[in-house]
Amino acid sequence: MSGFKRDKKEEEDGGGNPFQNIEKTIVLQEARIFNETSVNPRKCTPILTKLLYMLNQGEQLSAKEATDVFFAMTKLFQSKDVILRRLVYLGIKELSSIADDVIIVTSSLTKDMTGKEDLYRAAAIRALCSITDATMLQAIERYMKQAIVDRNPAVSSAALVSSLHMTKIAPEVVKRWVNEAQEAVNSDNIMVQFHALGLLYHIRKSDRLAVTKLVARLTRTMSSKSPYAVCMLIRIAAKLIEEEGADSNSPYFDYIEACFRHKSEMVVYEAAYAVVNLNRTTNRELAQAISVLQLFCGSPKPTLRFAAVRTLNQVAISHPAAVTACNLDLENLITDSNRSIATLAITTLLKTGAESSVDRLMKQIATFVSEISDEFKVVVVQAIRALALKFPRKHSVLMNFLSAMLRDEGGLEYKASIADTIITIIEDNPEAKETGLAHLCEFIEDCEHVSLAVRILHLLGKEGPKTKQPSRYIRFIYNRVILECPSIRAAAVSAMAQFGASCPDLLENIQVLLARCQMDSDDEVRDRATYYSSILNRQDKSLYNNYILETLQVSVPALERTLKEYTNSNTEQPFDIKTIPVSVVSKPDDHEVKQKTEGMLISSGPAKITPSREENFATKLNSLPGIQILGPLFRSSEIVELTESETEYVVRCVKHCYTHHMVLQFDCLNTLNDQLLENVRVQLDTSEGYEIISDIPCPKLPYNETGTAYVIVKFPDGDLPNSIATFGAVLKFVVKDCDPATGLPDIDEGYDDEYMLEDLEITLGDQIQKVSRANWGSAWEEAESTFYEMEDTYSLSSMNTLEEAVINIIKFLGLQPAERSDKVPKGKTTHTLLLAGIFRGGIDILVRAKLALADGVTMQLTVRSTDESIAELITSVVG
Amino acid sequence: MGVLFSYFKSLIGAREMRILILGLDGAGKTTILYRLQVGEVVTTIPTIGFNVEQVTYKNLKFQVWDLGGQTSIRPYWRCYYSNTDAIIYVVDSADKERMGISKDELFHMLREEELQDAILVVLANKQDIPGCMSLKEVHQALGLEALKNRTFQIFKTSATKGEGLDVAMEWLANALKNRK
Repeated sequence: MSGFKRDKKEEEDGGGNPFQNIEKTIVLQEARIFNETSVNPRKCTPILTKLLYMLNQGEQLSAKEATDVFFAMTKLFQSKDVILRRLVYLGIKELSSIADDVIIVTSSLTKDMTGKEDLYRAAAIRALCSITDATMLQAIERYMKQAIVDRNPAVSSAALVSSLHMTKIAPEVVKRWVNEAQEAVNSDNIMVQFHALGLLYHIRKSDRLAVTKLVARLTRTMSSKSPYAVCMLIRIAAKLIEEEGADSNSPYFDYIEACFRHKSEMVVYEAAYAVVNLNRTTNRELAQAISVLQLFCGSPKPTLRFAAVRTLNQVAISHPAAVTACNLDLENLITDSNRSIATLAITTLLKTGAESSVDRLMKQIATFVSEISDEFKVVVVQAIRALALKFPRKHSVLMNFLSAMLRDEGGLEYKASIADTIITIIEDNPEAKETGLAHLCEFIEDCEHVSLAVRILHLLGKEGPKTKQPSRYIRFIYNRVILECPSIRAAAVSAMAQFGASCPDLLENIQVLLARCQMDSDDEVRDRATYYSSILNRQDKSLYNNYILETLQVSVPALERTLKEYTNSNTEQPFDIKTIPVSVVSKPDDHEVKQKTEGMLISSGPAKITPSREENFATKLNSLPGIQILGPLFRSSEIVELTESETEYVVRCVKHCYTHHMVLQFDCLNTLNDQLLENVRVQLDTSEGYEIISDIPCPKLPYNETGTAYVIVKFPDGDLPNSIATFGAVLKFVVKDCDPATGLPDIDEGYDDEYMLEDLEITLGDQIQKVSRANWGSAWEEAESTFYEMEDTYSLSSMNTLEEAVINIIKFLGLQPAERSDKVPKGKTTHTLLLAGIFRGGIDILVRAKLALADGVTMQLTVRSTDESIAELITSVVG
Repeated sequence: MGVLFSYFKSLIGAREMRILILGLDGAGKTTILYRLQVGEVVTTIPTIGFNVEQVTYKNLKFQVWDLGGQTSIRPYWRCYYSNTDAIIYVVDSADKERMGISKDELFHMLREEELQDAILVVLANKQDIPGCMSLKEVHQALGLEALKNRTFQIFKTSATKGEGLDVAMEWLANALKNRK
């Protein structure tokens, strides 16, 4: 009775959630009722529901608890109650990953999936696949094949989707179901057709030829009943166009174009989306696609308007002219009642609009920026970034707007994108630097995101000392030391030290502040303060440069690994930081541009953290015999193609540079299906001074596989000019003819053959690692007295612009530009390019190239290096 | 009389009897289960896990659990021991080599606390195969003479031919009634 009263009361309180106060232990206790000899569905159903609810709320069960409740649940199979049985399926799926020995229900589920009760079958398939592993899958294979072609669409769909999941654990088994999937593609049911296509594509996606055939067949014959399947087909076709570099005459293009006339809006949109995102769309198709989107902009359905304007927004940068055609429609959408549509419309207009309309649009945005979600605020910020790069003169309007946005509430991603934008503007536009830094200073006064504050402090340390009045930033930075958490305090200490090292007149004050920081409660802060303070006490420029202004140049993962190895050894020798490879200067990532369709075809898991390219190579190379004595890997070159791409054998080379050696890695691909190659090696015709140390052939190279052969050569001793050389190269191997079907050789004896490769060049750049110098100027000054200097003047007659000259010089020398000197300001006739790098063996190189435009480009090249012969080498090869 | 009959029926039919069919893999457990349930020979595949069916025999309702006999499944038998009224232990009479393993599994199972009151029926199955062990030989090989304090009986059967199952079920039904 009392229970009834309580229920009644809760109902009066607004009813709410009947499962609000459930507790794990109580539910697990109640679940013991499942073990009773005769099952009472009326009692068991609510308990199982509670269990499922609890699991979906994120409650964690231990393996023991899960296994106990799982086995109790298996007892419910004796009941014929349909609802209870279907709840059991859900329970099995929820617990399959936590409980042990879940295969115990295999037989029962197999029976249900093949039984007469249709209500069981689809759900049983899904549950069965969740408990099945690669070895068990073979046992149920027959049933899965039958289910895929079942007449009941729910069963067929369940089997197809489950198969797709199974490809993750047993791709080989699922591959055998391709005929059944093929049959299901022709189903009349829209979902079955869609799922079958998904599975077919997934099975074949690694084989380009098979995909091509699939698409060719389906685009011709598939009854376009299922709009979902057609959308997927469009995505696959678009991907093929990208991969093959097909032009607008390709049948895929025809298919996508035909889809513009499909009766489903979803398909029409998908086709337009595909076309605007293709890399090589011609204007004719683009115009068609844009006009479709334009039409959707005026649709009464908000989803269509949203999709259209979002797509226009994404491509506004790549196809501004085409999007401008929709400006009128976009203007209408600014006042759309849906804020998301309005935001996207405005930001699109900002991206494509003229300078004169910026003020008006910014005002419009300001009226509702506080009402939209973070995700859309980020879109606004990105639009502003694009705008600032396009119209540098508008920086004050935009900067003010950004700083206002910074003061608003918002998540890390949003704030980070604003800070990023401000930083980009500062870097791009020197006029905006002081205001930008001021805004950032203000922002860190009240910033709850530690990582952002640290980044901004680092930026202040780098840029602050170069401004007209560095002292004004010190207060902002020191405030952080008083108010913030340890990691921010530590970053602030480092930033202050930068000021101390770069501005002699502030040094005294900085020393006082650092002395105070030495009383800090945190170890790291005290350590940094002590470290910087003692370096600054020495008043030695070169110490400043090496230990304050420059950051660590070695690769951090390698350093970590080497230190770990070192601490595990007997540590008798002092640790030598020179053994660690120099970190590679990462290219500016262009991930913003990359929004490709691949992700939408089949969702991939979270991106893996990839170790650097050099790290990868180093691990691979270390397994080669005799490689250890060469020392650490210094640099790996880009891939060089030694054959045309469509030949019988494809050979690519990567040049790995060591202190005195070069390891040449030849990746060979055999494209002939009737040949098996053995003992594949590259014979080099080395130039004078080079010495071939060893030659590691690839023992076997079957059709369509890539094998690797290596050659280790030694650089000429003490003869640097000759280290720049060209080698003749011939691929040598033993051919065995074989049956294309089986790949087995027909005869035991093969015959020797060879294949001419293009010449391999060893360049200066191969022997130089790029190094990013944060403070090039002071390093240059310091080098004046300690380094060797060489200077020469050249006339680069083939270059017509300064930009071209800059790009070519960087590429030729393989050095890293410093202080953004690789960007040539518009309309200038002279430019100074500043470069830095390290020659193999750890020899520092600094290069200054003064360029002047006059009838070609004239260049005065000054090289400073710790080694005279290297300075000489660089000046001599440029000529 | 009719009143008396329904009285008896309600007394016995009040609770479903819970029966486990156990034995090594390939002994014929699943075939026996479906022979009892639908009276036909069905094609079976090795049971990974269990089958559970309701079987009505002479107005008695049985809830019959057929548990897989593969080595990897046997450890899970114990998850299903509680509240068991009877065990049907199936032996492949033609599989002389594994008779020892079958015996070990049987005695291992009978030691379980939860099965102390369960009635045991041993079926020497596959009697149709030429050269198989006789009832007496199976009895000896399983060491059944050592069983004390347990209601049990051994029968020779052939599940595919349907021989011997009726006698065994008749005996089991009576044994369960008498236990009341």
